[in-house]
Amino acid sequence: MTWLDTNRAYVLDMLVQHVRLAVPAIAISVLVAIVLGRIAWRWPRAGTVVLGIASLLYSVPALPLLIVIPVLLGIPLRSGLTLVVALAVYGTALLAGTAADAFRSVDPRVREAAEAMGYSRTGLFWKVDLPLAVPVLLSGIRVITVSTVSLVTIGALVGIPSLGNLLTDGFQRDIRAEIVVGVLGTMLLAIALDVLLVVAGALLTPWRERRPRRARATTASAVPAVEGAA
Amino acid sequence: MNLFGEALRWIGDGSHWGGPGGIDTRIVQHLWVTFAAVGIAAVLAIPLGVLIGHTGRGRLVVVALAGAVRAVPTLGLLTLLGLAIGIGVEAPLLALVALAFPSLLAGAYAGIEAADPGAVDAARAVGMSEWQVVTRVEVPLGASVLIGGIRAATLQVVATATLAAYISDTGLGRYLFSGLKSRDYAQMLAGALLVAALALLLDLLMAALQRASSPTQGKVPS
Amino acid sequence: MTRTRIGLVLISLVSLALTACGGGDSDPLSSGDKDGKAIVIGSQEYYSNEIVAEAYAQALEAADIEVERSFKIGQREAYLPEIESGKIDLFPEYTGPLLQVWEPDTKARLSDDVYAELVTAAKAKGLNVLDQSPAADQDSYVVTRAFAEKYGLSTIDDLKKVTEPMTFGANSEAEKRPNGPKGLKDTYGVSVKFTPIEDGGGPLTVKALKDNDIQLAIIYTGDPSIKKNDLVTLEDTKGLFLASNIVPIASDNVDDKAAGIINKVSAAMSTDDLVDLNARSIDEQLPAATIAKDWLDKEGLL
Repeated sequence: MTWLDTNRAYVLDMLVQHVRLAVPAIAISVLVAIVLGRIAWRWPRAGTVVLGIASLLYSVPALPLLIVIPVLLGIPLRSGLTLVVALAVYGTALLAGTAADAFRSVDPRVREAAEAMGYSRTGLFWKVDLPLAVPVLLSGIRVITVSTVSLVTIGALVGIPSLGNLLTDGFQRDIRAEIVVGVLGTMLLAIALDVLLVVAGALLTPWRERRPRRARATTASAVPAVEGAA
Repeated sequence: MNLFGEALRWIGDGSHWGGPGGIDTRIVQHLWVTFAAVGIAAVLAIPLGVLIGHTGRGRLVVVALAGAVRAVPTLGLLTLLGLAIGIGVEAPLLALVALAFPSLLAGAYAGIEAADPGAVDAARAVGMSEWQVVTRVEVPLGASVLIGGIRAATLQVVATATLAAYISDTGLGRYLFSGLKSRDYAQMLAGALLVAALALLLDLLMAALQRASSPTQGKVPS
Repeated sequence: MTRTRIGLVLISLVSLALTACGGGDSDPLSSGDKDGKAIVIGSQEYYSNEIVAEAYAQALEAADIEVERSFKIGQREAYLPEIESGKIDLFPEYTGPLLQVWEPDTKARLSDDVYAELVTAAKAKGLNVLDQSPAADQDSYVVTRAFAEKYGLSTIDDLKKVTEPMTFGANSEAEKRPNGPKGLKDTYGVSVKFTPIEDGGGPLTVKALKDNDIQLAIIYTGDPSIKKNDLVTLEDTKGLFLASNIVPIASDNVDDKAAGIINKVSAAMSTDDLVDLNARSIDEQLPAATIAKDWLDKEGLL
């Protein structure tokens, strides 16, 4: 790995750029998906339409999306914002269905009990629905985090710097070590963010016991968006 | 949007249909690559997923592995495989197999795990072999989730199969790259719309299949 | 307790999302432009181009001129709008290919003619063209030594002698460009099949040639892989290719002093230099900055 030794600063720089593109995109996806998921849960008919559109958006190839978004929003092609918006579209498309599932996963009896205790509508959302939806929601967020981090790399094809540049540059110069560093760097970043999410999830749901086997429901909803879109 | 109008006109232009680079040929190529990639991945991932779901063994390792595969940037895999294998459809096909793998695996084991443990126990109690438990109880009960995995994988692959055109004369991705490189964005968008339409069609088909296979609709053993 | 935590999480999510919209100074999300005096230098996602851009940057820095590097920003379709809008002040370009973007029907082929037309075309866009360098990095048709010997090929015209079907590999845009299969047919009367390889005549193209998956490819004359793999460049006797010298495109933010420095760099660089610089990038796998510095040192430009 002599390539890595001589190019450490560059790799680090690209890693930072990568994070700065991926993290806002993930954050936007989560916020929008929670809103859409809530709508889909509350009004199932509207939900079918919303989730259907979401899953359709997911099928648009990424590369043309990077061309269409600047045209629609009037931002420069090579702006990082273009990529962030594109990735947020994918993330939201993938997560909205899971978010709806997450709200559905909240035991109605718990909600009734809370209502009986006099919780207002907003109170119900913030203090009951959202916290109890966290486990299922988190499983979806983990999926989109990993896929977003890996998708950032295609920005290199239109001049938005990230670890993806190591892939295209290594390809042109036939430096396989550089491509491998790009691939591994992307994977490690994804895994690191994933670990952070697991830790955050544990902190947010202190009432859950740490029993590894209890993860069944979670894995089922890791099959992206499909359940909700059906 | 003017660009959308131009893209639709591009698709409607008769001279873009027929012949070796025509839209119809590209669609067939695109479908071929998609089905081949999902098919190969399914042959590998579904038995593995069923096995994990059935035995409950090796789940953590395989799930972690599948997650790691999900994190591999397809572009990186494609360039590495391309340098190793050369031009043509083989390298993109392999990269797409890797892309489809995690969703298929997750669908398979989640489907099997979702089978009602009561039904599984009952099947054993009436003397079914493990093989029969899997094929007659767990797979039919989990079919809907399993097909959901195939559906998710197909959707991912059909959109990403555009990357095949990076190193081969294959599929609708050709319109994206040549549109991008010659700043013919109408052509590029036309390619994208065709891919999205194809994806939508496939998704509707799979959704119908998924509904038909839902255990409450079909025959339920025990 | 939990509620506070979730609230905190949401607040931080919102602020993360907002960073995408706001954008600070060194933000990747703003397009590199600053209102300050710094000269923003861009480069293609092409290692050779980056070395030249790096040479510009270091030469300017040596004269205490502030520069900002915005390198590896894709291919022409991605960065050209930003040069045209003045967000990038200085960019190493190639005379022929750039002229073909602005004047697709140009008839100019020879170096000086192409340069003269480029100056006019750039002026119309409000851009300045500095002196062109003698260093050329030009598209060219190459075949393997074995293939050339089999049919006795030395010029593109000789391809008529080939009796087997040929497949031609290049970036997808070549399919429609005058120097692609169409131009080959129109100018030389040679028919070939086309396959796209999106690496700009890079290692995969070379591999495809050696594997005999393709018989004819476009590779830059500055590419050291031609020599390394003993490929044969076919002579373009009928002017299919435009001359392609390295040429700096500059905005008005590049003043006379800076332009003078860049012109010196351009004048010092020869085509052989360029091939050597490229070879160092590939064989020694050095970063562009190191290669550029060594060359500037050697030429006494620092």
